[in-house]
Parts: sequence; structure tokens; C-alpha cells
Amino acid sequence: MRFEDEPVPGYPLPILPGHTSPGRLERVLRAGQFAVTSELAPPDSADPQEVYDRARVFDGYVDAINATDGSGANCHMSSLAVCALLTRVGYAPVMQISCRDKNRIAIQGDILGGAAMGVCNLLCLTGDGVQAGDHPQALPVFDLDCMSLLSTARTLRDESKFLSGRKISHAPRVLLGAAENPFAHPVAWRAERVAKKLAAGAQFIQTQYCYDLALLKSFMRRIEDQGLLGKIFILVGVGPLRSAKAAEWMRMHVPGLHIPDAIVKRMAGASDGAREGRQLCIDLIQEIRTIHGVSGIHLMAYRQEESVPEIIERSGVLGGRVPWHPGLVQDMKTNRIAS
Amino acid sequence: MYAVRRWSVRHARGLNAFYRFFEGLLAALHPLFRRIGYARLERPVAAVERSVKGLLFDCKMCGQCVLSSTGMSCPMNCPKNLRNGPCGGVRANGFCEVRPEMKCVWYEAVAGSARIPGGIEALRRVQPAIDRRLQGKSSWLRVARERAGEPL
Repeated sequence: MRFEDEPVPGYPLPILPGHTSPGRLERVLRAGQFAVTSELAPPDSADPQEVYDRARVFDGYVDAINATDGSGANCHMSSLAVCALLTRVGYAPVMQISCRDKNRIAIQGDILGGAAMGVCNLLCLTGDGVQAGDHPQALPVFDLDCMSLLSTARTLRDESKFLSGRKISHAPRVLLGAAENPFAHPVAWRAERVAKKLAAGAQFIQTQYCYDLALLKSFMRRIEDQGLLGKIFILVGVGPLRSAKAAEWMRMHVPGLHIPDAIVKRMAGASDGAREGRQLCIDLIQEIRTIHGVSGIHLMAYRQEESVPEIIERSGVLGGRVPWHPGLVQDMKTNRIAS
Repeated sequence: MYAVRRWSVRHARGLNAFYRFFEGLLAALHPLFRRIGYARLERPVAAVERSVKGLLFDCKMCGQCVLSSTGMSCPMNCPKNLRNGPCGGVRANGFCEVRPEMKCVWYEAVAGSARIPGGIEALRRVQPAIDRRLQGKSSWLRVARERAGEPL
């Protein structure tokens, strides 16, 4: 998919009327297309090529790539740096910002810096506790929470000023996102929390991994009851499980992850766990797509990124649409010659 | 103390009603406070506030109390200092991700808020970023001045 006014890779698209960012993701969402985002695990390395290698896997299958910010409280290349590398060649990253490691001074600086380098989407997160990661000795900062982070980013964008009130000369043109976990307690409060995030500035939501469709459906009903449909885009998190054992481990160790017993049982009954995991993921995506009010999926295939093309392809969610990627123009030329 | 803290959430309604009365009293005492001098009162009042609210709520003396908006469950007991609702890491049994032996502060807050008239509406309000300069200062004196319309 290519827009008529598509610029040189790395240059922003024009901002359409009613849009807040020059980003591709906002265009896809507002056009009512079923959006697909995925997640890039930043490398434990200073080599930019490793970032590009990890991004290339998604070419033609995703509308935006999330760059995680020390996910699971583990240390990796920073999300700001990953985003800077990705925007250089035209990718549309979602810059994740966690409140765990930085105070409001550093965070606001990163938002300006990210936008200056072409980042059009932010995901405002609280972040996992330091106890979950590889540096449990670290100071947990949590100066802001996800909600005050959202309103801070919105103040920067809409009022052109810092939290301190000091003016900035050029506002960051970004689409603001937040996370939600429809599967964690207090379950009845989760849609309320989305309403609160909307009030604080969120425009899209990416959820935690969904393995429980019943809970997701009741969450979406509550979203509808709150009158939130059409005001906020909901992208449901999905991901392939590798085996029954991995599912067991994940639900014990990944904060806020809910995997029903039936899913573990289905995985345990399969001869090829990884294959069953991908099939399960495809089945879930196809179900999720039919739920009223869902705007897209966020496919998190941690350490199985190479399975993303197959899952997207076989699920058919793109409906023949090919999201932009750096090689797209070349691909189109090649196809034309071939035909 | 954890047990007392949980008792306070169960009795959020009564405690909130008492606080409403107490807040009016604080506002009425403003002229007296001003005559003595807020600066002089800061240390003794903060000490009393610390011991009373410390006992009832495990108060961390953030200096900008929001207990009435959080169902009498102090959000500063959340290891992530969340002042706007639960994170996504709450365990299946409603306990904390970081401190598994503690009930999630926000799980309690939602329950406590349901007991307070207007509590759910208060829970929906977006709380601004915390002002770290007020750490250790008396919230009561701040409320007295605020209610009297005096600049802080």
C-alpha cells in the first residue's frame, strides 16, 4: 500500500485534516483499515545492522513497528535509538516510553528528540517493575505514571509547552497510544481505565496478549457501553506460543499475562508445539477481527519474529493490502516487469 | 500497618465522612493557623499527620493527599507510585506484581471507592503528575490554605 503523496523514505507524510501526526499508522487507522502492528525486540548490541535485520522480517506485513523500552525491565538498546534508526529508512515505529527508568525531564526531552527524528507514534507505559528484569538492584523511577505521561505528551503536542509551562517552538506531531490489560484484575474497571486514558490523551490502545476471547468480548462490550467506540482505536495483542511448557512458564513469570487452562491443554495435545502455537494465534486473530470495535491487532512474537509473515498471511487480515516498507517501490517495479 | 490499612478501605465510607467534617474544621481554623504562622506549624502538624495517617493508611506523606479519590487506599503504597489506577501486572488473585504478598493497592481502591458516595466519579478524574517537593509536608495545612483561597 502506497499513498499518492508518499515522500522519500525518512521524510514525513503531510498531515491530513483531522489527523494529529504525519504518520502512516494514523492514516491506516483513520481510513478504517484493519491495522497490524508488531514488536521489535531491541538488540543487546551497538550494531545498527541488527536492528535493520530484525525490522526487515516484518516488511510488507505490518503498519507500524513497536520499539520496546526495556521490556520486562531487561536492558537492551534504547527505544529512542531503535526508532531513530528505523525512521532513517522510512519505517513507521511506535516509540514505547516507560516511566520506570526516566523522570519527567528526560522523558519530555526524548519525546521532542523522537519527533525530531520522525517518530509519529508514542506508546505511553508505566513499565514493568525492576524486580522482573535482569537489574533488580536498579532504582525504580516512576516519577510520572502512564496517565500523567499521556497528559504530558498531549500538553507538549497541543499546547506547545513543557509540563513546567515553558514554551517550545515546534510541537511534536505524534499519535498517542497507551496499553491496557483487559485480562487483569480489577477486570470490571479496565474499560473505565481506557476512558480515563482517553481523557488523558490516548488515541489508540494496544492490549496485553489475548488468549481469552470471552474476557475480550466482555471488555469490548464495556468499551461500547462507555461510549468509547470511534473515539479510541483498540488494537488487540496476540502472539504465538511455542509449547505447552512455554505457556506454563509465561503465565507464571510474565506480569499480567492470563492464559486459560484450555489453551495450555490444546498446546499440550499437539505433536508440534510451535506449529500449533501459530495455528492458535491465527485462529485467535480471525476471531478477534470479527469483534465489533476492534481496529487491529498487535502481534508480539517474542523470539519468534520470523513467524510473523506466515501468521499474518494465513490469517488473511490484511485482505491483500501490502503495508509500506523500504523495499516496496523496488518490489512493485520487479512485479511489473515480471507481469 | 497492612491489616489496619485494609480495615480503613473496608470502612472507607465512615472515614470519608469523618474527613469531610475534618476538612471543614481545618478551613475554619485557617485564621488561627495564619496567626501562628504556617511555617511554624509545619513540623508539628506534619508529625501528627504522619502518625495518624501512617497508622490508618500506611501514609507515605506525599504532601498532596488523594485518599478521598482513591477509596481510602493510599496510592503511594503502590510500588510504581501509580496515582491513576492499576497497572497491567495485577496477579490473578488480585495481588501486586512487585510485592506478591500485598493486595494490589488499586484493587483495594476500586472496592473502597464503591463505598464512598461519588467515589467512582472521583476515581475517574485524571490526577496530575505528583509534585515531589511536597514530600514530607503536611497535606492538612495545605488543604486549610487551599480552602481559604490563600495562594500556596
